[in-house]
Amino acid sequence: MAAACGRLVPRSAVAGLPARCFSFSGYRSNSDGKPAKFQPPPKPVIIDKQKQREERRFLSPEFIPPRGRTDPLKYYIERKDMIQRRKVFSIPEFYVGSILAVTTADPYASGKVNRFVGICIQRGGKGLGATFVLRNVIEDQGVEIRYELYSPRIQAIEVLKLEKRLDDNLLYLRDALPEYSTFDMNMKPVSHLEHEEIPVNKLQVRMKPKPWSKRWERPKYNVKGIKFELPEKKMQEAQKWSQPWLEFDMLREYDTSKIEEKIWREKDLQS
Amino acid sequence: MLRCAAQRASGDRPSGLGSVRQRSGRGAGRAGGALRSGGRGPAAVLRMRAGAAAGGSAFPLGEWVTRIQMALLNRRLGLSLTHLSGTVIQRHFSITGACRAIQKLTRVRVVDNSALGNTPYHRPPKCIHVYNKTGVGKVGDTILLAIKGEKKKALIVGHKMPGPTMTPRFDSNNVVLIEDNGNPIGTRIKTPIPCILRQREGKVSKVLAIARNFV
Repeated sequence: MAAACGRLVPRSAVAGLPARCFSFSGYRSNSDGKPAKFQPPPKPVIIDKQKQREERRFLSPEFIPPRGRTDPLKYYIERKDMIQRRKVFSIPEFYVGSILAVTTADPYASGKVNRFVGICIQRGGKGLGATFVLRNVIEDQGVEIRYELYSPRIQAIEVLKLEKRLDDNLLYLRDALPEYSTFDMNMKPVSHLEHEEIPVNKLQVRMKPKPWSKRWERPKYNVKGIKFELPEKKMQEAQKWSQPWLEFDMLREYDTSKIEEKIWREKDLQS
Repeated sequence: MLRCAAQRASGDRPSGLGSVRQRSGRGAGRAGGALRSGGRGPAAVLRMRAGAAAGGSAFPLGEWVTRIQMALLNRRLGLSLTHLSGTVIQRHFSITGACRAIQKLTRVRVVDNSALGNTPYHRPPKCIHVYNKTGVGKVGDTILLAIKGEKKKALIVGHKMPGPTMTPRFDSNNVVLIEDNGNPIGTRIKTPIPCILRQREGKVSKVLAIARNFV
């Protein structure tokens, strides 16, 4: 019963109630025999959905160690260094598809700082070498810059628009029409409230005519954010390369829930 | 007769259309001896008209051959030359994608506003030499370019190959034409230039002076 209503205060904690009593109401008596003051039953705590969302925490993907037989001590030490850096420099929560503005220290740039605005198309690397790639189209020229999250050269990372997309990486934007990668350098940040869910942008991108850098219609890339305007025959031909057994392959499974819990406990101890 | 016409036409027209022309010539020949006399007329007309057109503009064949003429030609020759019909001729040969870093025979994009770099030509500007110990050119290297039948030096200002982190990677191989002494030929560069170029002083400083955007 105590497990079922976990938020309720357990009976033994309520003062003045002997453990042998089986009901809250009924005979209550003090040690000197006088009737005790009426003590109202403990109020059940209402689980607020908003508070639950606040408690949902974002663990950056570079904290999760890659699957392998390396000694976990190496990743533990690296995580300590990452948390140290995060105490000094705030790395905001962002996903692939969010628009960021990054200011870096550059000895060769005018004013010694260089600001670049772009959409995050890829997040790679684990540990201190974690990187993310920002893409923008400036004067009809597509530019991509790979930044290291924990580099001391980065002065500020600002999230202008926090949102997710349908895919984990947006490398297909290179073959999409340039309007989907163009963002204003002086864009104003779009406010995002703390307790709101991360919005998923279900945008389907239109592509330039083929040939593309990769054959995005093939099931290997599992791209959901492209509006394919190819003939039906080509789409069916692409399915020839599907590998339906891959999703059932047990050796490729990597359940990170327990690892994430361990990392959260470490983080709470350190911060 | 057919063969003579083809040779004459090949002399006039630029070599890029060689494959298309020869296909039509050979196709007309294959139509059969009986049709040869009939096929000569429209096929020769097609080629001569194309020849006249190609001498002037960069879009040969398409401007002169109308759909009606193509339909007539198809029926006459008994072949389907549908790939030639329409106002835009689709060339069915494959080209490699943009080279990642710049080396010999890389097609590059000239980004300044010089006349040499911006006038259309039937062949894209190609790198023929890289002034480097390795034959691979990165940002800030000088290369020798073949543009419009002449040789010109150029400075690489961006390539498709990913470089060190924090440096920009462009979607095309960009190049700025320069003289032998390092003076740029153009007067303005609109495309963004990587800041890393400032590290190399010397001939690069004159190019940086005409650049507008820095990434």
